[in-house]
Amino acid sequence: MWDHEIRAMVSTHALIAASMFMATVLPAVFVLSFSVYGTHLLWLYCTSGAVNAVSVVVFWLLGVTPSTKKNTLGYKLSRLFRACLYFFLSCLFFHTVIVLYGAPLIESALETFSLAVLLTSLTTMRCLCVLGPNVQAWIRVFSRHGAMSVWDTCLQITVACTLIGAWVGAFPIPLDWDRPWQVWPVSCSLGATIGYLTGLVAAPTWIHYHRKQLTYKCK
Amino acid sequence: MKGLPVLWLLLWLSAVYFVGIYVFVGGFLLVRLEVNRTSTCGDLLEPEGGSADFCRGQPRFKRAIILIIDALKIDFARFDSSKTTPRHYENKLPVLEEVVSSRPSQGRLYPFRADPPTTTMQRIKGFTTGSLPTFVDVGNNFASSAILEDNLIHQLGQTGRHVVFMGDDTWESLFPKKFFRSLPFPSFNVKDLHTVDNGILQHLYTTMVGDDWDVLVAHFLGVDHCGHRFGPDHPSMADKLTQMDGVIRSVIEHLQNDTLLVVMGDHGMTDTGDHGGESLKETDAALFLYSPTPVFAESNSQNEPNVVPQTDLVPTLALLLGIPIPYSSVGQVLLPLFQEKTAGAVAGLSQLEALWINAKQVNRFLETYSSMARDIPPQRLSQLKDEFSRLSSDYLSSLREGQSPPSQLALSLQAYLTSVRDTCRSTWARFNPVKMAAGLAILAFACLMCLVLSELSQVLIKEYSVGLKAPAALALTMGVVVAAAQLLTQGYVEGVWCLAAGAFSSELLFFWRFRRVNSFTVLKNGTKVSKYSRWLTPCRLPVAPLLIPLLRCASLLSDSYVIAEGRVVTFLVFSLVLYIPIQLNWNGLLLPPSPDPLKSAGLLPPSGLSLSTVRKECTTLLGCVGLLISTLYLSLSFHGCREEQGSCQPSSFLYPLSRMQDNQLKNLHYVLSVISLGIYTSLLRHVLCHYGNLNSSGGTVFTARWILPLLSVCLGLHWAVSATSEDSFRNLAQLIRVAQLALPRAAYCLLGLGLSLIWIDPITVFVKTRGAASSRTPAMPTPCYRASTGISPQAELHHLIPQIYQHMRRSLDDSELSGGTEAPNRLTVEAYGLGTVYSAPLLLFCGLLGMGLLLLHPEGMAASFLLLLLEMAALLHIHASSTTLCGLHGTYSGGFNVPWTPVVLWSLAATQFFHATGHLPTFPSIQWGAAFVGFPDGHTSTLLPASLVTLNTFASHILFAVGCPLLLFWPLVCEVRGISRARTCGVEGGDAVMEMRLRENPLQFSSSLLQLSARYLFIHGVQVFSSVCAAAILRRHLMVWKVFAPKLMFEVSGFFMSSVFLLFGVMLVLRVDRAVARWFKNLMPDASR
Repeated sequence: MWDHEIRAMVSTHALIAASMFMATVLPAVFVLSFSVYGTHLLWLYCTSGAVNAVSVVVFWLLGVTPSTKKNTLGYKLSRLFRACLYFFLSCLFFHTVIVLYGAPLIESALETFSLAVLLTSLTTMRCLCVLGPNVQAWIRVFSRHGAMSVWDTCLQITVACTLIGAWVGAFPIPLDWDRPWQVWPVSCSLGATIGYLTGLVAAPTWIHYHRKQLTYKCK
Repeated sequence: MKGLPVLWLLLWLSAVYFVGIYVFVGGFLLVRLEVNRTSTCGDLLEPEGGSADFCRGQPRFKRAIILIIDALKIDFARFDSSKTTPRHYENKLPVLEEVVSSRPSQGRLYPFRADPPTTTMQRIKGFTTGSLPTFVDVGNNFASSAILEDNLIHQLGQTGRHVVFMGDDTWESLFPKKFFRSLPFPSFNVKDLHTVDNGILQHLYTTMVGDDWDVLVAHFLGVDHCGHRFGPDHPSMADKLTQMDGVIRSVIEHLQNDTLLVVMGDHGMTDTGDHGGESLKETDAALFLYSPTPVFAESNSQNEPNVVPQTDLVPTLALLLGIPIPYSSVGQVLLPLFQEKTAGAVAGLSQLEALWINAKQVNRFLETYSSMARDIPPQRLSQLKDEFSRLSSDYLSSLREGQSPPSQLALSLQAYLTSVRDTCRSTWARFNPVKMAAGLAILAFACLMCLVLSELSQVLIKEYSVGLKAPAALALTMGVVVAAAQLLTQGYVEGVWCLAAGAFSSELLFFWRFRRVNSFTVLKNGTKVSKYSRWLTPCRLPVAPLLIPLLRCASLLSDSYVIAEGRVVTFLVFSLVLYIPIQLNWNGLLLPPSPDPLKSAGLLPPSGLSLSTVRKECTTLLGCVGLLISTLYLSLSFHGCREEQGSCQPSSFLYPLSRMQDNQLKNLHYVLSVISLGIYTSLLRHVLCHYGNLNSSGGTVFTARWILPLLSVCLGLHWAVSATSEDSFRNLAQLIRVAQLALPRAAYCLLGLGLSLIWIDPITVFVKTRGAASSRTPAMPTPCYRASTGISPQAELHHLIPQIYQHMRRSLDDSELSGGTEAPNRLTVEAYGLGTVYSAPLLLFCGLLGMGLLLLHPEGMAASFLLLLLEMAALLHIHASSTTLCGLHGTYSGGFNVPWTPVVLWSLAATQFFHATGHLPTFPSIQWGAAFVGFPDGHTSTLLPASLVTLNTFASHILFAVGCPLLLFWPLVCEVRGISRARTCGVEGGDAVMEMRLRENPLQFSSSLLQLSARYLFIHGVQVFSSVCAAAILRRHLMVWKVFAPKLMFEVSGFFMSSVFLLFGVMLVLRVDRAVARWFKNLMPDASR
């Protein structure tokens, strides 16, 4: 059962990583002069969209999302609505945090918000997929004894990696090297992406090597 | 409590740090006193003493053109035709070689050796004053960089020559208003290769053709900028050098017969194009001299120098142009430019005459300097003096006898001049790597010592008396031994090495004893795991809170991060603040366990704690995190700007109100400041009132009640007065002037009074004896109360204090003290404010000091100080709440120990507010206005303004250092809210006694106080260590004198102020402790009577 879940996780992550790769390569066919630095925002949206779409589809197919008690259409719709609302609120939250970290308030608000969207799709989207629109559960997951399945542990690792990546990505900004990737928010979004990719690799590996120690309480 | 050992240990720690810093700085920052005397035409010194005015004579050259090509390395100027494939910088100046080979009597090329530091500004100082400038030229005015020492430009101006300057605008700031005409061009942008050069070329030839100049100085920057941008081996360097070749060529063509041409580089460059250090590549520039008429003697190998030191240009030019040699020059005339023998027909001096004048001037300077400063070794000095008197008597006697002086004399004079210069250079112009390394080692060990102390404070205090006698004695002995050794071998004592030896040996002894203590502990406790090995395991040191200071230290090694320091520190603080709730949540402490009884069995907090307590603490914690984050964000708007930050706008709060033009804006700012001040004052008072510290009638309470508000009123009025413009109230001018003088002085007096009152009478407890003495429990027989941990007084203590405390708490809750409610607990003594007896005076002290420091700042900074107070409060509450949360879940068992996270936050906040109060680690940004608060007419001495400016600059360091012990008290202060509400009132809680717990465990109290201070010193010390490392490693960096060296000075001074005021805070705590002990002693007989 363990191996089965880990294998599912590896393939999921491979799919997501492939989608991100495609999101970087494919637009070049349609858009002239597409590049990660030059048309950074476009790349950012492509990646976010790809990750969102693939995660939703894959996790829906896998059936990781917690089953709902009620099965009415109205309830499903309200869940969907809440998920969208949380997605948007999470974007705002990330935007605020980034601004508090020192991003310019007004000048490049669009860039900042795009970064917030990227972070949301890399972190919050996964929470939504794995845990459903339930903030209490989200907060619960990020504690030592909070993980209740392999997917929760995986979520912990990827989210931490993404956020640390984005945090580390801010380091080169003050340097006077005048490189294209030092422009706001390129380094941060690249950092978040690289962190996310690392998390995608690290999570199954870590779980594989610690599968003996991992015990989960039933929900 | 064991107060003195803590104090001595801390004192010793800081002393070791200071010694380390002193030793390093002694090797890195070379200090020289400036001699502010100038040579005049009258004082120099024809040998016969006959012809009076030196300047009147016919000079060898009437005019001179000095072309300075920045960073013209000697390799650039040499020409080697044998090279078939020259590199980009080679063979690009063929004109020099052509002239030298075809007309050897008219032009010469020499390597021109600069003295470190090889930066442009220091070099300009060097080859105009003839001295060896250091980083700190004492006597130099930091506010403006103008050269005050005697120099060539000044001498030229004095003798009425017209000096025309064009090029690098550094000259304009060094010699303001000294030029007859000046065409400066901006030198700041290193990427700009052409602005300065093209600007010069536009004007150079037209000026040369004209007749209104005597000396023309042109400073080209292109080569230097090209080196910085591309490095020397780059095609654009070839273009630049070729352009320079053309310039020199056409200048030579335009030259007239009475004109001397000097082409020189001020320094060289390394292979990467940088400069600043002392390697040969950086110091060896090119010097090319050319005259249209023959000037050089036949190539005489004896007189031909291999290398010309940069200082030698000054006396040479001075004598060739017929002006006095600048007073502090230590250069030697360049002999090939003077005739071998005196020849009446040709104007100019003979070699011997020139040497004689030069030697006399140098000797005079040496005498003046040695009477001012003692840094030249006395033995060497007397040797030089003897040498000169011998030479002078030889020379004068040979002159008197009319015979030609012996040929040896010229050589001896040259030798004399060389040895003077070498002596001066070894004193002033050389980094001392041995000293730097020694300083680094001492500092590193001091940091390690802090770490060890903080981890082992409990063991050190509890089990072994920390004998400092042995280290101190050893330090003294080693110092004396080194001094004696120096006396024996060198003949004089260098204090630095004695200090270094003392500090180092005491550090080693400490480590040795610490090892022994460890092994001893193991031996004694048998099965116990060795503390030593446990300490070394990484898991004992928390990773995340120490990662932040590590990043901070790493950031000090890069100039970009130092320039952006304010934001970097804010970023780091913000990260660590966010880490706290995340960490708590990870440990499952933040969210109360779900009410589900099945699940919560494992996680349930100890009994007696309701869920609401946890929830309340969490809310407090999150609220304080929010407050802290908002203060962090707001504090960014008070930052100043460095000149390196191009597009930065300094905060408008930084300007004093009197400078503001718009009246409405002025009023707005004033109102804002006054409101901030009001909130500041009322917050302080509110906190004190809340904890019942305003009831008694002691000195501290008087300060809080009267002096604090009065001081704030004084401040508000002072701002109002100083903001009024001169002409608005003409008839009140006299009154305003008086008020400008009186208000700040009154504030100083109030401040001094308040602080000393707190010191004298720090107890804020109000005691009311009530009811008959018979109702006391009989178990209180002894009237004598001791603070030690003996067994029987302990029992009394346990009995007495909770009672006192409970009444105090009741008074807090404003419940009426009706004696009938709890019959068994009928009390005779009520004490208000006993629970905060330690923190209240400290808090008040801090607040009062903050207000005093605010007085020294511009008015707008009031808001920033309010933010500082709020941030302090938020930090304290976060710390308290997280401690309580940990305690509620039973995971916290550290006694009173303060964990690393709040200490790191506390010390980083000090740096953060250094920036948020408008300061920057650069000399131009020092707020000199602080020296004139209350002294509008200036000062007579330098001590007072210096200390005022220091207080202003390091205000935040001072406040955070004094307030540091609050971190220890605050969890205890806040404990009451968490637990008292949870417990029912009737429960007799022996542990719920707020700060009285500290009195019950005096050993733990002193050990945690020591630990807290050691941790605080560690964080600051590590920052000093890394900025010292930055200065040592990057001493050849382009930015070393602009960024790293000033940063080092500020970091070091900040550390100094921090440690001094930390000691002050600890001393205040000890003072309160003694006062409390006396209070209890007085109370006991009262109570038992």
